[in-house]
Amino acid sequence: MRCRQVVDKISEYIDGELDPELVRELERHLEHCEDCRVVVDTTRKTVEVFCHTEPAPLPNDVRERLNQTFRDSFRKGEPN
Amino acid sequence: MPAHLDNEHSLVAAAQAGDSDAFVTLLNQYSRHIYRVGLSITGNHQDAEDVLQESSLKAYRAIAEFQGNSRFYTWVVRIAVNEALGKLRKRALWKESSLDEPREGEDRSYIPLEIESWGDDPEKACLHNELQQLLAEVIQKLDPKSRTIFTLRDVEQFTIEETAKLLGLSIPVVKTRLLRSRLKLREELTKYFGKDARNAMPTGRR
Repeated sequence: MRCRQVVDKISEYIDGELDPELVRELERHLEHCEDCRVVVDTTRKTVEVFCHTEPAPLPNDVRERLNQTFRDSFRKGEPN
Repeated sequence: MPAHLDNEHSLVAAAQAGDSDAFVTLLNQYSRHIYRVGLSITGNHQDAEDVLQESSLKAYRAIAEFQGNSRFYTWVVRIAVNEALGKLRKRALWKESSLDEPREGEDRSYIPLEIESWGDDPEKACLHNELQQLLAEVIQKLDPKSRTIFTLRDVEQFTIEETAKLLGLSIPVVKTRLLRSRLKLREELTKYFGKDARNAMPTGRR
């Protein structure tokens, strides 16, 4: 496997969805290619940091306007 | 995705029986996730707030139709995604059928340019709110369709199949866009987390 193919397969590899034979080929490549090891590792970390990071709290003004919308809606007797 | 709430079923049942406080309690568990989805997809705070408001009201009005086959969050975020896509369509930033294959000149993003290991785990390298802000900023460097796909798959943890179905795209298109998005974001984050990082962390804004 060449570097270019490793890059093409990164998503499936880090998601654990790559065919086992291709996993073996890819990992053989990684054993001797430092650059691809770095790219695979940092791509995995990229995905992890996005999925691990909790969203910021709602801005206070946004929360207040949302609550107001609900109060208005409840006053009108929606939906039941 | 938020941790599972033990009392979610009872809150849903109460909301479906007409208890509006139960609905608000339920929604408040997820409102900042909905806002983040809206912000990621639309790229601006005003639209994100509209998405939150409109999807929350739609969910409230339709809560009786929620079957309980999926988690409440999955159900409500679908409503929010549709609202956010509506905003993109209005601004002509979302085209259903065109240009789903890589365009000329975009190919470059397949070739990693920043080859540098990261000095520390991002979660340890900076304050939590700085990290939240950085991630919100770099995701906007993707085009609207790519960042929508990335947000659903990698931020909100939908499967590839669910993402494709939700967006009316084919699975190969979702996979291709996802790969390109991950590689592009990797490049961007390496500028901050690479051992010889040149960029300072973003300074505090909203």
